[in-house]
Amino acid sequence: MNELMEILKSLHPDVDFENEQHLIDDKILDSMDIVRLVTELTDKFDIKIKAKDIIPDNFNSAAAISALIDRINEE
Amino acid sequence: MLFTSYGFIGLLIILFILYYTVPKKLQMPLLLITSLTYYAMADVRFLIFIGVSVVTVWFGAIKIEDNNKAIKEYVKLHKNEMSVDEKKAYKKAGARKSVIFFTLTLLLNLGILATVKLAGLKFTGILIPLGISFYTFQSVGYLIDVYRESIDAQRSLPRYALFITFFPQLIQGPINRYDDLAPSLLSEHNFDFSVFSRGMERILWGYFKKLVIADRLLMGVSTLISDPSTYKGGYVLMTLILYTLELYADFTGGIDITIGIAEALGINMKENFIRPYFSTSLADYWRRWHISMCSWFRDYVFYPMSTSSLSLRLSKWARKHISDSAGGKLPVYLSSFVVWFCTGIWHGTTINFIVWGMLNFLVLTISEELSPAYKKFHERFAFADGPIYKAFMIIRTFILVCVLNLFDCFVDVRDTVGLLISIFKKGSFSLMEKGALLNIGLSAADYIVAGVALIIVFIVSSSEEKDNISVRDKLRKNPYPVRFIVWTLLLTATLIFGIYGIGYDSSQFIYNRF
Repeated sequence: MNELMEILKSLHPDVDFENEQHLIDDKILDSMDIVRLVTELTDKFDIKIKAKDIIPDNFNSAAAISALIDRINEE
Repeated sequence: MLFTSYGFIGLLIILFILYYTVPKKLQMPLLLITSLTYYAMADVRFLIFIGVSVVTVWFGAIKIEDNNKAIKEYVKLHKNEMSVDEKKAYKKAGARKSVIFFTLTLLLNLGILATVKLAGLKFTGILIPLGISFYTFQSVGYLIDVYRESIDAQRSLPRYALFITFFPQLIQGPINRYDDLAPSLLSEHNFDFSVFSRGMERILWGYFKKLVIADRLLMGVSTLISDPSTYKGGYVLMTLILYTLELYADFTGGIDITIGIAEALGINMKENFIRPYFSTSLADYWRRWHISMCSWFRDYVFYPMSTSSLSLRLSKWARKHISDSAGGKLPVYLSSFVVWFCTGIWHGTTINFIVWGMLNFLVLTISEELSPAYKKFHERFAFADGPIYKAFMIIRTFILVCVLNLFDCFVDVRDTVGLLISIFKKGSFSLMEKGALLNIGLSAADYIVAGVALIIVFIVSSSEEKDNISVRDKLRKNPYPVRFIVWTLLLTATLIFGIYGIGYDSSQFIYNRF
């Protein structure tokens, strides 16, 4: 989770990622941010995030992103 | 048959009566028959094109789903006999069959679209099926969703056919997603006056925008773009503004009619616009304008491309050899370039649309690169977060969109560039003699009617932008007599001030040609 927080903070230092629950719905992260985030996550966590995983439910909060990483690791 | 023809109004009235009087299990077949009839009335040969698309995508999607299920069932059945590596290898080998079905179906459908579009460009008199770009994109979106296992394939051919051919969306979209539209489209509906009247309100609002504003402004725009050598200098400013307002009233009015028809039938369709001319930047504009097309390109082109193995490898390379920042941006910009190139081609295969796409890409990329500077500017100057600066950003974006829209009007890019330069030439405004604005096909009364109608649209949009509540929702809080008066006024205004009548050949919707 700490590593994920570091990545998120590097994208938007001013956002409260610990508590924010609507990162996509409230347009805090746009499509450019998502691609940068996916690139970073792929690199740091050695996972493959597929295009079908890029839906608001998986990226609306740090917890949802963390759950996505766990799910991909389990598969 | 256009939305603005008497035949279409007649078709709608008959459909509404039958839809709510036939047994509910016949509602879906009735919609399908109406949709196919509507399409055949445009040209019966169009049915062949849309028929091929419907049957191939329906069949391809089922084969993909069957194959994916068979793989999963086999692995489940033999889970104790297979190692993890064996399971992975089996899944990988089995997935090839799905890839083949997916690729063949995709290539066939995109191939037909490309062939028809290119043939239409090269030869005159070529048959271009109504709404082919819209229904092909909707079909491809469905196919990808099934391939990704995001949705279940529709096993019933008539049900799938209705999803693609549902007549209000055929003219100019929106490009609907199966999981958004199908649940309500394929359900049975009881007559509910509040739902029906809500749909009718929306239809009426759409006709008001289309007939009173768009088709009136079209008379001036047609003259202004007919002869670039005459209508230059000051006239170009008129073209920029009038065409952008016409495009807005035409496209959003048409989508209001489409969503309104669906709503009156109890069917939910996603919004395609969120008050686009209140955008504060071009990126913001593309989040509010033609949302179904933009999200289609985002989900089915931009994300898959920018997160592909190739992009990620490229990103790693850029991080190592250039900089961390370049590694993050390279996949984004490359995919964005492809998306805007494709968006340009989607609008038209002539060079002006490709230039239009590339200019959008250029402005968006420069804005992205300058975003740290914007941020500092906003932190440094308090007024930058105030209403005056916001109004400046809205006007700035509107002007930019007006300029980009001019590339729609002329196939020859040199004409567009020449006209834009002519605005700044010395004495350019002297070309507009006294009363010149009344010689472009618009009378003083036309300017007044279109102006008043635009003010009404602006007031409605401003209110919705401010409160984020639709004016229709506010109207619903009033008793029926008040609502009835509003409906009557809107209908009367449309009937009196709309450009229509016997012998009047209403213009096509602008987005109908894409």
